Amino acid sequence: MTTTPVWVQLTYLAAAVCFILALKGLSGPKTARRGNQLGAVGAAVATVVVFFQKDLDHLPLIIAAIVAGTVLGVVGAYKVQMTQMPQLVALFNGVGGGAAALVALLELDEILSHGAEVSTVIMIATVFTIFVGTVSFAGSMITFSKLQELMTTRPVVFAGLPVAFGGSIVASLVVAVFGVNDPSLFLGIVLALLGLVVGVLLVLPVGGADVPIVISLLNAFTGLSVAAGGYVLSNTLLVVAGTLVGASGTMLTIAMAKGMGRSVTNTLFGALKGGSTLGAGVASDRPVKSVSPEDVGIMLAYANRVIIVPGYGLAVAQAQHTLRELVEVLQSRDIEVDYAIHPVAGRMPGHMNVLLAEAQVPYEQLKEMNDINSEFKNADVALVVGANDVVNPAARTTPSAPIYGMPILNADEARQVVFMKRSMRPGFAGIENELLFDPKTTLLFGDAKETMGKVLNAVKSL
Amino acid sequence: MNESIVWLTIFVLSIFVGTEVVSKVSSTLHTPLMSGANAIHGIILIGAILVAGSAESTGVLIVGLIATVLGAVNLVGGFVVTDRMLEMFSARKKAKPTKTDGDAA
Repeated sequence: MTTTPVWVQLTYLAAAVCFILALKGLSGPKTARRGNQLGAVGAAVATVVVFFQKDLDHLPLIIAAIVAGTVLGVVGAYKVQMTQMPQLVALFNGVGGGAAALVALLELDEILSHGAEVSTVIMIATVFTIFVGTVSFAGSMITFSKLQELMTTRPVVFAGLPVAFGGSIVASLVVAVFGVNDPSLFLGIVLALLGLVVGVLLVLPVGGADVPIVISLLNAFTGLSVAAGGYVLSNTLLVVAGTLVGASGTMLTIAMAKGMGRSVTNTLFGALKGGSTLGAGVASDRPVKSVSPEDVGIMLAYANRVIIVPGYGLAVAQAQHTLRELVEVLQSRDIEVDYAIHPVAGRMPGHMNVLLAEAQVPYEQLKEMNDINSEFKNADVALVVGANDVVNPAARTTPSAPIYGMPILNADEARQVVFMKRSMRPGFAGIENELLFDPKTTLLFGDAKETMGKVLNAVKSL
Repeated sequence: MNESIVWLTIFVLSIFVGTEVVSKVSSTLHTPLMSGANAIHGIILIGAILVAGSAESTGVLIVGLIATVLGAVNLVGGFVVTDRMLEMFSARKKAKPTKTDGDAA
């Protein structure tokens, strides 16, 4: 075995420092972009230096593979609409986990072909990488399908699911133990397949609104499998980088779960306990009060205080720009207007901030939930655009609802509530919203962008 | 010192650093932070390059190259999409209002 040159190791150390500073930078609004760029520089340098770590064969093919991956990654990153970004992150995370698992499988093959005695610790790290990497890969692919709506966003639970899940975990453990004691490529592949099954079964029962938490969790998983893979390869950079992501990803997962008033275990296994499928996910035919855009225009134009509750539907309809314009017109009439941002508005925590920033809504107008919730009772109108679950009082009142316990925006305390909705279909979590049927609530149906334009014209003409 | 202990030390210290650096993040930045962390574990790319470069059979080479492509997608795509997100946070200068459908009045 050739040893890694000292200068290469030192460069890896520098790259590891870049990653630490990148995460540090990403935690603050002013330093975030610089931090991310620093991380990219560290990664680029490490990717060049790896070719000097030892003599590598097949260089043209490897470089071609890097170029192909780079092109795919860049095209994906630039083509994706900001609304679809969560699923892209899930996809990137999945391929990373897959790569880690493949690397560990190949390293296992390499170790076996040399026939030398292998330490138990190395074998444990190898089976860990294979298993966690494949779990992360399969789980991310299911997450991607859910967010892309290739499959239902609701929890998928079938009778034997808990048994199948438990069984596949036990089987994986057994195979892992055998694999550590008596390493073989066959057992490695079996473990990889079991990992795929576990990953699928882990994510299937997770319902719509909880999916972001799972992305974050799988992100941490991939980090840990990369770290273990780094140990197998005796590569310090992989160990440090993987562990950093594993640790920070775990923190982030807990923070997100807390933002939704849930525990991580409840997120993952809540649906298995049953009773979480309140509402049928179909449109209700209960009577609601529907009004015209002109009425809403009048309501807004003669209010003193308006609070906007933007949701994912706003961004899907690409109505952010029209909304911003409407807010500007209202402000020119001396009406106090703010945006109330729920921590999980959109498809991921902070997603709505990204979407509104894209429409150049001033950062100062975006109010976080805790700062704005006491203001709703002074608001004349709460205008809910393309949001549903984040203002659903069932979170406070109905213990059987999947979102029960999630902190919500107190839109129901405003004097009047206007929902702009495409249809009566329930939100992402698939629960009926009692607020829609409240006497002080009016609904404005239609494509958010089109109706928003009509409301804007109505306000302008007053 | 036992080599395993050195690795364990690196691992444990990295856990503390990873936990510490993100402990004060606001929920506004959760998405970019997740995406950035996601990019960082794409560094598995160098592991993929190492195994592909030492491949002695065609099968190993092919799998190694697949891992290399996947790692590169994760690494490069992750950093680029994070940058795109963050660009929107900083692009708060006077951009011209976008034309909208209902703007005729």
